[in-house]
Amino acid sequence: MQVTLKIRRYNPETDDQPYYQDYLVEVDPNERLLDALMEVKRFQDGSLAFRKSCAHGVCGSDAMRINGRDGLACKTLIKDVATEDKATVVLEPLRHLPVQRDLIVDQSEFFRKYREVKPFLIADAPPAAGEFIQSQEQRLRFDDATNCILCASCYSACPMFDEHPEFLGPAALVQAFRFLADSRDRGLDQRLPVLDRPDGVWRCQNHFQCTLACPRSILITKRINETKRMVQKRRDEQGEPTHPNE
Amino acid sequence: MLHAFDTVIVGSGGSGLYAALEAGRQSRTAVLSKLYPIRSHTGAAQGGISAALGNVEEDRPEWHAFDTVKGGDYLVDQQAARTMAEEAIQAVYDLEHWGLPFNRTADGRIDQRRFGGHTRNFGEAPVRRACYAADRTGHMILQTLYQQCIKNQVAFFDEFQVIDLILDQNQCSGVVAVELATGAIHSFAAKAVLFATGGFGRLFKVTSNAHANTGDGPAICARRGIPLEDMEFYQFHPTGIKGLGILISEAVRGEGGILRNRSGERFMERYSPNLVDLAPRDIVARSIMTELRAGNGIRGDRRIDDYVHLDATHLGAETLRTKLPDITSFCRTYLGIDPALAPIPVLPTAHYAMGGIPTDIHGRVLGDARGTVVDGLYAVGECACVSVHGANRLGTNSLLDLVVFGRRAGRHIAAYVKDAPPPRLGADAAAQASAWIARLTDGKPGPHGGHLADRMQTLMMQQVGIYRNAAAMRQALEGLRELHGRYRDVRVQDRSRAFNTDLLELIELGNLLDLSLITASAALTREESRGAHSREDFPDRDDVNWLKHSLAYLEQEQVRMDAKPVDVSVWEPKPRTY
Repeated sequence: MQVTLKIRRYNPETDDQPYYQDYLVEVDPNERLLDALMEVKRFQDGSLAFRKSCAHGVCGSDAMRINGRDGLACKTLIKDVATEDKATVVLEPLRHLPVQRDLIVDQSEFFRKYREVKPFLIADAPPAAGEFIQSQEQRLRFDDATNCILCASCYSACPMFDEHPEFLGPAALVQAFRFLADSRDRGLDQRLPVLDRPDGVWRCQNHFQCTLACPRSILITKRINETKRMVQKRRDEQGEPTHPNE
Repeated sequence: MLHAFDTVIVGSGGSGLYAALEAGRQSRTAVLSKLYPIRSHTGAAQGGISAALGNVEEDRPEWHAFDTVKGGDYLVDQQAARTMAEEAIQAVYDLEHWGLPFNRTADGRIDQRRFGGHTRNFGEAPVRRACYAADRTGHMILQTLYQQCIKNQVAFFDEFQVIDLILDQNQCSGVVAVELATGAIHSFAAKAVLFATGGFGRLFKVTSNAHANTGDGPAICARRGIPLEDMEFYQFHPTGIKGLGILISEAVRGEGGILRNRSGERFMERYSPNLVDLAPRDIVARSIMTELRAGNGIRGDRRIDDYVHLDATHLGAETLRTKLPDITSFCRTYLGIDPALAPIPVLPTAHYAMGGIPTDIHGRVLGDARGTVVDGLYAVGECACVSVHGANRLGTNSLLDLVVFGRRAGRHIAAYVKDAPPPRLGADAAAQASAWIARLTDGKPGPHGGHLADRMQTLMMQQVGIYRNAAAMRQALEGLRELHGRYRDVRVQDRSRAFNTDLLELIELGNLLDLSLITASAALTREESRGAHSREDFPDRDDVNWLKHSLAYLEQEQVRMDAKPVDVSVWEPKPRTY
């Protein structure tokens, strides 16, 4: 079948404004959207800029907006977004991050916020021999949060950034949860200052857009709510209020 | 632009990050990565990392080392394999202590499962040796190491593509890179450079490998006169998703999955009576191809894109959910099937390079057949050849290779740079790299790279793939030389400097073309069948003439072959049966 990729393009060296360009490509409906992009790049227009790597939904390079929804081009099949011959698929860069060129966005802010939550195990000294003991039940408690590939689809989908660009965002909060819910971790107090503030965990208002967008099927909103309860519980133990407001 | 560090690490997969952690403790270290670090291909490894922990049944490092040697068809350097198997245990515990979320046994220890070629007591029966985190073990290793790098404030240069090595009279003093964001050329002076650039599955049409896996490190080394070792040994993983090549982990068979042909027969019983579906990958991949050629594929038309079934329907939804969730998801996404209900259509897919930049067990690059160390140059991981994988790598040993030798190289570098002379870069250090880019971007009309890449991948897949013979490879080499000629005329279509991915892909294509010549030449030269290298015209292993590592030197567009001995100091080579 044929599809038209309608791609939002922008080159800071030559363009004042972003614009849309159409590419007609011959594709198999079972192919990935990334395959169609590669077809354009290899055989039609080498100047089209997008990121890619693993091509099967595990590295997070090719997150973009596809017909207005955030996701991975390599985990989206043509038939999922183009139901009839000559259909048009609109591709745009992720929202809430500065566009560097075409479908490429600057992810520095996204990763800065990720680093803020101290995304590493903060544990007691490890046992002298062997591993920390952890039951499979304890391990499953944070299982889905470990699936995050930091693709930033959720960051684009979350409506809270429109008004609150300083919000930590869904991915960073999921990473915080991944450690807070790990029976080996002792890092709640170290992470409290960044989580318990208006632009921390409390900014989330349960729009569920992150959960819907996540290509790794992480129950992001649920994990953020669990994190809120951990923060609340810790403040209760300290006899202190939480800090949801400016 | 000029930068100066003690240590520069090129690549941010498992081995690069581990080495960065170790080297970074004691030296000024920078990691250069052409991707954001967390996007590296280590993250796509699925099934596990092997270590003889003995958590679920008796196991010993000695058995692990032996399996590795036999799995590699005795082309493995045996002391190196012993080192890897012995250090595996602490390496896995270290990862766990850093938070890696392994699946657990009933008593809360790291769980282990079966994998191809891993046996107890020197081949008696399969053993549970693979430590795993569902079917995302590589993802978890990459995440865990990246987390530790953040904790330890490792300095990253994201989206910097290294294109040349600064090497003068056997002394390495840095690298030259292009910054994707600006197109600027940067020179990095360093006392030690470590290549950890991963594999080059993009040589082939159908591969499990990422688009980024273009063998940049080995190609750069080859152009600078360093030989590449055992490049004829390239592993095809038996079970890629038909057509797409996406990896379906061997863990499916480790958990009990069965390969079946069109009559539903468990055909591996005929090829490997002892290990059956858990025979090493080279044997399983060949068995599948033999079935297809005999008309036993699912369609039965004997075409090369016929396929077989990987049957996981009897494993149960619970096993699939807790132990193979990503595989289940891949099947749903790309095939529209539920592996609990329907068999998975699979075909071998280009997967792993056993060969690469020759090193010793400290990661030091060896510049010739006599083992002369290239001062200040290191390599580790898939781009390197220690050699612990020999002619065929066992599943789970790649992740292990990354952490064991990543750590060893990092530690060696930390000690080396203390006394090493300060790097001296000549004024023309970046000249060769700049000339290459200048040619690609000089505005002259020329063909684009897309068709060249396509042709190379098809030639390599069809004529230098699982089964090989002299006539087909000679023809392939002719085609590859012609592509080399055409590459001289290739030009970018993208004339911008910022985020010129067109330019970077042409550089990657140049790297792949060099490696394709080397791989095909090495394969044509080795007139025997061993491990993953199967010659139809020389079907037997020939220890008298070929129990040796090959070394391939790239000289202009010719490849000169040399050889060096294999370390067989522990186990005498024997016929390899399973």
